[in-house]
Amino acid sequence: MTSPSSGEAVAKPASSGLGWLLEQRVLLSIAVLAVLPWLLPSQALAVNVLIYGVVVMGYNLLFGYTGLLSFGQAAFFGAGAYFTGIAIGRYGVPWFAAVPIAVLLSTCLAALIGIVSTRTRGIYFSMVTLALAQLVYYVALQASSFTGGENGLRGFTVDRISLFGLQVNFLDPVNKYYVLMAFAALAMWFQSRILNSPFGAVIEAIRENEQRARACGYNVERSKLIVFMLSGAISSLGGCMLALHLSIVPLDILHYQTSGMIVMMVLLGGARSFFGPFVGAATFLILEDVISVWTSHWQLVVGTIFVLFVLFLPKGIWGTLLDTLRVGKARP
Amino acid sequence: MDLSLIIMQLLSGIALGAVLVITALGLTIVFGMLGVVNFAHGALFMIGAYAGLYLASLTGSFWWGLLLAPILIGAFGMLIELVLIRRLYGRSIDDPLLLTFGLSYILVEGVRIVFGSDGIPFPTPPQLIGVLDLGVGFFPRYRLFVIGLVAVVLVVLWLALEKTRIGLIVRAGARDPTIMQVLGIDIGRVWLAIFGLGVGLAALGGVLAGPMRSVNPEMGSLVLAEAFVVTVIGGLGSIVGAVVAGLMVGISISLVALFAPEMATIVMFALMAVVLLIRPQGLFGVRGRTA
Repeated sequence: MTSPSSGEAVAKPASSGLGWLLEQRVLLSIAVLAVLPWLLPSQALAVNVLIYGVVVMGYNLLFGYTGLLSFGQAAFFGAGAYFTGIAIGRYGVPWFAAVPIAVLLSTCLAALIGIVSTRTRGIYFSMVTLALAQLVYYVALQASSFTGGENGLRGFTVDRISLFGLQVNFLDPVNKYYVLMAFAALAMWFQSRILNSPFGAVIEAIRENEQRARACGYNVERSKLIVFMLSGAISSLGGCMLALHLSIVPLDILHYQTSGMIVMMVLLGGARSFFGPFVGAATFLILEDVISVWTSHWQLVVGTIFVLFVLFLPKGIWGTLLDTLRVGKARP
Repeated sequence: MDLSLIIMQLLSGIALGAVLVITALGLTIVFGMLGVVNFAHGALFMIGAYAGLYLASLTGSFWWGLLLAPILIGAFGMLIELVLIRRLYGRSIDDPLLLTFGLSYILVEGVRIVFGSDGIPFPTPPQLIGVLDLGVGFFPRYRLFVIGLVAVVLVVLWLALEKTRIGLIVRAGARDPTIMQVLGIDIGRVWLAIFGLGVGLAALGGVLAGPMRSVNPEMGSLVLAEAFVVTVIGGLGSIVGAVVAGLMVGISISLVALFAPEMATIVMFALMAVVLLIRPQGLFGVRGRTA
């Protein structure tokens, strides 16, 4: 039996021309994101789509591909942001070093939460992840000397640096967008690599039939823990991006409402599709943006739309679109 | 540390736990029967508190609020089952969970529109204001009443489940719905009633908690997490488990608050993590279904 985490790429049939291009889901996704600021009504919205897109993409690995419905992804989103901010503001670490440190620490947190939560199945898993993420929220609330408590984390600045002759300046919105997009591209490449690996096939096997996957000799518990950590790592990178973007970390980011928002985004866009999370994040944020102009009760409208999606469009916008176009197998 | 202080804090914990027991019971009964975890449970708890407050001010008496709010909200719960959740039986187990989560958004925002976003004080009924001398110390009358009422509700529920024909149908339906249908029982009606009962219990918890906590649209999200912790510790679907775990959580929160107040909200989650590491199915849970 081959080890599921051997990292060996699955052999793909060679294709050419348009077919080849459609296979390049990472390149296509990056191409769309590169022009996003000009497609959306505001630059701020585009940055948020980028950030939440990465968070939701990491979550999609867990929910969409492995079939584990977690209600605690905010813990890793928040951890990424807090660790980045604390490393920069408290310990004077340069921001480009703070990001990998934050992702590493967040992955450790994901390992701790994963050890407890992946012992449970089904609905239990949803409840346990929600409760453990609330634990992280309350810890951040109480440890106010580190986290700023209720006021959130303030007082760190992202320095301007020069990288291979290129200026990286977070005060310039366009410059900032493309720096953050580089992080998003890295995350997408990583996620695509996981999905193409034998391990990616194992997690989908667990989703389809856990008992059969176990009978085939795969270590289901270990695979779940690993995918929980990978998912946490990718979502935490989104948190790092948020910290760099805002130069503050609001406490709300750790709240269970944020976990719920991530779930909503993945469902609106389409779980189990590569670009779905970005579509979902964009849909949610645009809805919020548009509706809050009309009424402060935008949650009512978003909640209703979400309920209608669960009832009538469970595959989400992008998933349904792919099904209609019958390119589901190519998964662009 | 004064012993009487610890005893008083223990009683406070039992009162706190009693509300948790009632709320978690609603969650666990619905899961045991329908296999559905209601993520709108916290929101319905909050709506119960608002309904109790509204009905009490309308009729001028807390007691009408206490009686009518669970019945009305329970009926509303039956409507939810009939219109929304019924469509999802036979689909993925995640779907009812996601749907009720979306529903909680709608309910919370609906309450904000009707009653405003700010918290509202819930007056303690005049008959229960003040404290009672228990010999070792003074204890709020209202909290004693909550403990007593919850005990009565638990006994009534237990008798109804164990000693009546309807209870027999409910217990058999939880074990094997298909056989019940073969025997000519309309299982859909049983599920409808149980969902209504579960939601009614959440509303009862909300009304009872009203005078002890402040009533605001966000109160449900903490309650949901608390109810989850209690059901996970006790074992999902286990009624005895919900009672034992609810009291355990209430007492540990109160006692920890005495020694280390900043740890009070954290302790129940730590308790849950320990239980999960030792017994993933919960103290009284059956292995296989959830762990």
